[in-house]
Parts: sequence; structure tokens; C-alpha cells
Amino acid sequence: MTALALNTLRRIGRRVVNSVWRMGTATRFFALTLLHSGQSFSRFHLTIREIFSAGVLSLIIILVSGLFVGMVLGLQGYETLQTYGSEEALGVLVSLSLVRELGPVVAALLFASRAGSAITAEIGLMKATEQIAAMEMMAVDPIARVVAPRFWGAVISMPLLAALFSAMGIFGGYLVGVVLIGVDEGSFWSQMQAAVDFREDVLNGVIKSVVFGVAVTAIALFEGYDAPPTAEGVSRATTRTVVTSSLAILGLDFILTAFMFSGV
Amino acid sequence: MQRATLDLWVGLFVVAGLGALLFLALKVGNMTGFESGQTYVVKAAFENIGGLKPRAPVKSAGVVVGRVSEIGFDNHSYEAVVSLKLDQQYKFPRDSNASIMTSGLLGEQYIALEAGGEEKMLADGDTLKLTQGAVVLENLIGQFLYNKAEGAGSTAGPAEQ
Repeated sequence: MTALALNTLRRIGRRVVNSVWRMGTATRFFALTLLHSGQSFSRFHLTIREIFSAGVLSLIIILVSGLFVGMVLGLQGYETLQTYGSEEALGVLVSLSLVRELGPVVAALLFASRAGSAITAEIGLMKATEQIAAMEMMAVDPIARVVAPRFWGAVISMPLLAALFSAMGIFGGYLVGVVLIGVDEGSFWSQMQAAVDFREDVLNGVIKSVVFGVAVTAIALFEGYDAPPTAEGVSRATTRTVVTSSLAILGLDFILTAFMFSGV
Repeated sequence: MQRATLDLWVGLFVVAGLGALLFLALKVGNMTGFESGQTYVVKAAFENIGGLKPRAPVKSAGVVVGRVSEIGFDNHSYEAVVSLKLDQQYKFPRDSNASIMTSGLLGEQYIALEAGGEEKMLADGDTLKLTQGAVVLENLIGQFLYNKAEGAGSTAGPAEQ
């Protein structure tokens, strides 16, 4: 009996110590990535290739989901606002919810599952096929050559993708609200412009998306670099990337929203 | 340096992303001419500002001529002090009247400026003397009920005598 209890206690202890250990390694890895980023700007074509694979290839899913999210917002918002006789506020509802919350958050969630998982799988496989060890043998720093360009490529792509998502969503809301249902076009845009503030709403949304981009990419890179060099290890690391970064996005979103929009 | 098709795609992506940001800033947000224009600040003290918020519009004859920049509280007179940031191109006489109005029945509140008749114009840092605070719905209803009861009492009174 006591042996069983002791064993359980030992297992819990090992888990806690292990996760704190991993946290420390991840932080050191992140700091190393930032320290070795010089090359990703001096040899910018490395970063450009990563912007292509993280940003341009995610474009279709971001644009299509943005359009549909905006269209659904338009439909649902109209349904609710109609009961209060204020259909003209549809533009405000669609634009504020997209610019402040849905744009950065949904774009980051899509980005985590589209680009984050790809980054983890790629780096994990590079490690499993000993490409990273080979680089070290040739005195090429794998963090400067492989990790940092991916980090900056993704961090640059993320706010652009979030802005495209929001713009596309507002266009979707416009399509459903004005073109399909027939809300007055003038009041749709003018009420939106009166309610949305550039600094308060648009800029805070951009800040959010940059923070999410850093979090998602840092998690994806670390999981890939830390994955056991086996097929199973890579697959588990990819799953962990999507789960951890989705949770990180939602948690960070709460903290950022509490900071940005609590006053006034 | 060799140009690759990849560069073209990345360039297109960056241009589209910046375009979307520009769209959000100009078409969706209100970062239009007014913000960057020359402004002057005028203060006004109100007995009660109701639900007035910073950035609420200041209108004259229905045209937006400025915005509320700051709301404070005066510790001596126990009144709300509202700073109005007015556009330089609109001039108002010094005895203009500021009152807090509501757009629609339950809509947002704004400040209405009514021009006075004095020769001298308002300058930066001036204080508006004539103000009228927000109408509090509870007071209005209370007054209405009081008047009603008074009216009922005076008509019922003589009949009983």
C-alpha cells in the first residue's frame, strides 16, 4: 500500500519536474533563436522562403474562412439586431467583433494548425534524418540557418494574415448585410466608421496578432526541435504543437483583452 | 540578384496584407482628415453629464465639429469638467451654449453647441459659461409623477369640501 502511494507520488513529482525542466529549455531555446536572428535579416532570402511557406500558402484557408465567418456574423447579427430595430448597427457589430477578437484569434488558430504543424513536422523530420546533426558537423549553426528564419517568416506573416482575415470578414458581412438582405449601405459604413477607432481597435488587433504569431511559432519550433527522432515522436510533437498553441492563443487573448479593453 | 517567382508571391502577399491594414484603417476605422487637423480645446462645466463618454461627438446644427477629449471632476464646485477638442476651421462666439443631448431615445450622448451672439470668438483654453447638463430619465419621470399627483390632488380637493 505504502509502496503504491510512494510510486504515485514519485510519478507526479517526475512529471512536474519534467515539465518545469521543459519550460526552462523552451525559454533558453527562444532566447537562442532571438540571439541568432542576425542571419535571417542579413540573408533575407532565407526568411522570404519561410514567409512563402507560412504566409502565402496559408492565404487560401485564411481568406475563405474570413469570408465565411463574416457572412455568418452578418446573418446572425442581422437576426438579433432586427428584434431591436437597429439593423444599421450591423456594420459596427461585424467590424468590431472581427477587428478586436475574431480576426486575430481565428486567424492564429488556423495559422497554428496550417503553418505551425508544418514547421514542427519539418524540423522534427530534419532532426530524425540527421540533417541538423550534419549541419552542426559542417559548423553551420542550425538555429541561425533553420530555426530563426522560420521564426521571423511566421512572425511577419501573422499580422498580415490577421488583417486579411478581418478585411475579408468585413467584406463578407457587407455582402450578406447590404447586398443580400438590403441594410442601408450608407449607414452600414458610416456607423462602422464612427464606432471603430484606429488606435483602440485596429492597432490593438494588430498587436494581438503579433503576440499570437510569436507564441505559435515559438511553440512550433521548440516542439519540432525537441521531438524524439522517430516517426512516433514527430507525430506526437505535431499534435502537441496544435494543442498547446491553440490553448496559448486563447489564454493570451484573455490576458491581452483584459489589458487593452478594460479601461473606459 | 536573381528574381524568383517565389519573391513575386511573397511580394504580392505583403502588398495584400498591407492593403488590408490600410482598408481597416481608412475605410473601417475613422482615421480620416479630422484627427490630424488643427484643433483647439475648450472647457465646459456640467452639473451632470449622464452617460457622456470620451470621444463622443460635439455637434453644431447636427454637424460634427469636434470631440470630447477628456472628462474630469472639479473638487470645489462638484461639477463635471468636460474638455472639448474643436476643429480649428470652426469658430464659435464666446457666449455659445453647450448642452448634452441624446441621439435617438436610447442612443449615445453628444454635446450640442449653439452659437451665441458675441463678437469675440472662443480661443484655446477658454471655458464655456452657458451649459446644460444631461437630462436624467429618473428625474424626468419623478417630476412627471409629482405633477400628475399634484394635478389630481387639486381637482379632487374642492369636490370633497
